[in-house]
Amino acid sequence: MVEFWWSYAWPTLWIVIQILFLVVPLLIVVAYLTYAERMVIGFMQLRMGPNVVGPFGLLQPFADALKLMTKELIIPTGANRVVFLMAPMLTFVLAMVGWAVIPVSEGWVISDINVGVLYLFAISSLGVYGIIMAGWASNSKYPFLGALRSAAQMVSYEVSIGFVIITVLLAVGSLNLTDIVLAQKNVWFFIPLLPMFIVFVISALAETNRAPFDLPEAEAELVTGYNVEYSAMAFALFFLGEYANMVLMSGMTVILFLGGWLPPFDITILNWIPGVVWFSLKVSLILFVFLWVRATLPRYRYDQLMRLGWKVFLPLSLGWVVITAGAIVIFDWYPGIVN
Amino acid sequence: MIIQALAFYLFAGVAVASAVMVISARNPVHSVLFLILAFFNSAGLFVLIGAEFLAMILVVVYVGAVAVLFLFVVMMLDINFAEMREGFLQYLPIGALIGIILAAELILVFGSWAVSPESAQVLAAPTLPADGVTNTHALGNVIYTEYVYLFQASGLVLLVAMIGAIVLTLRHRPDVRRQKISDQVERRREDVIEIRDITTGSGV
Repeated sequence: MVEFWWSYAWPTLWIVIQILFLVVPLLIVVAYLTYAERMVIGFMQLRMGPNVVGPFGLLQPFADALKLMTKELIIPTGANRVVFLMAPMLTFVLAMVGWAVIPVSEGWVISDINVGVLYLFAISSLGVYGIIMAGWASNSKYPFLGALRSAAQMVSYEVSIGFVIITVLLAVGSLNLTDIVLAQKNVWFFIPLLPMFIVFVISALAETNRAPFDLPEAEAELVTGYNVEYSAMAFALFFLGEYANMVLMSGMTVILFLGGWLPPFDITILNWIPGVVWFSLKVSLILFVFLWVRATLPRYRYDQLMRLGWKVFLPLSLGWVVITAGAIVIFDWYPGIVN
Repeated sequence: MIIQALAFYLFAGVAVASAVMVISARNPVHSVLFLILAFFNSAGLFVLIGAEFLAMILVVVYVGAVAVLFLFVVMMLDINFAEMREGFLQYLPIGALIGIILAAELILVFGSWAVSPESAQVLAAPTLPADGVTNTHALGNVIYTEYVYLFQASGLVLLVAMIGAIVLTLRHRPDVRRQKISDQVERRREDVIEIRDITTGSGV
């Protein structure tokens, strides 16, 4: 019995505890991201934003959650029931499982696997299924159009994200996310790889279907695209999934380019601040950029979106892979092989 | 060990069951979704044998790209399901034949492992020692040194296939107005706007 406890039950329980310690703060962050979005955009448009529920409107996310939970879930007659209900769950679950490999501080990671960045890439490339299944299962025109747009868009921008990741890998010599962060001890990668950083942030906007690339849910033409037919918690799961994906992509940007949990300067005072604080601050910065962009830029036209993905980002990132590889060979900058 | 065995039977069972569902599902979209499930479980099996790089590549390439395009095409097809059912029996013998050939080949491969003494040595001593080397490094070491020409050749085959697909589908339509961004940027005020003083009562 004792052996069973120490070799099976306790490790399982420990993993569950770790997951809870990650997911609960994450869900709170996601809830307050919706609040932050409305507040930030409100201030940028000289409005107040939500300020009625609780002090400064801070209880607004919980009021929204309560509203969505008590509403009725409507399944359209023509819908394919199983796929219809699976789509929002898939979106939400995929947005959560990516966090399993994100190191929020040194050693603070649920699973420190040696192909971490590939795992993240794989999970983010699965995100399209939630949307495409929702669009098809709704059996309705607008969701279907939105889903098709979204699928084309996400597949296109994934290609350049892949090349950006390869550039970072060339500079690190490892696929492990902790190694990637530790390789930025001297200089964060957004300085030597600035064009790739810009490409990555813009592709992250496209990958999460955020403005100015929010064609899948273009309100003006598709009502709201793939989630037109959804209500109550099913809609809420899509919503939470989208915001959790934003946080995940910001986390990925921070790890790949902004030095993860490392402080900006290697000074003792800054090193006293725990890594998770630096990580959160950097993620908040990128998230603010996400919101800022939404308040500032108009939506892209569809052909411009495709042109940007295939004719601008793809050659640029491919070229930068060649340049980085060439520079490493010529100047003998081989990264120390870390296994 | 027990957990590993349980995980293996879970992944293998779901993979086989979803593979059966791929060919027996009534709705083609469901077939593709089951295909994705099968891919995903195969990736799980790869992780179990310690080939995590291959597992992730399987998910990225097959699930993330190939199956999306499959789903894309299947969703837009206008298929008469009843008609498709009728063809099922017609193609059954060919399908069964291919299945039997594949099974025979697998039996031959694994049978030779059991029979020949040399392959036992090969199995016992894999290409690289596994200690401390992640399989990403191990694969890279083999692919970019020993098999670099084969690797490049397979890349060329893919390139040719890609160019072939573009050549087959590219049509230059003369009646389409395309946006030329360089023209728009080069456009100057002097070229397009002319200011004239026009007296009352006269035209331009």
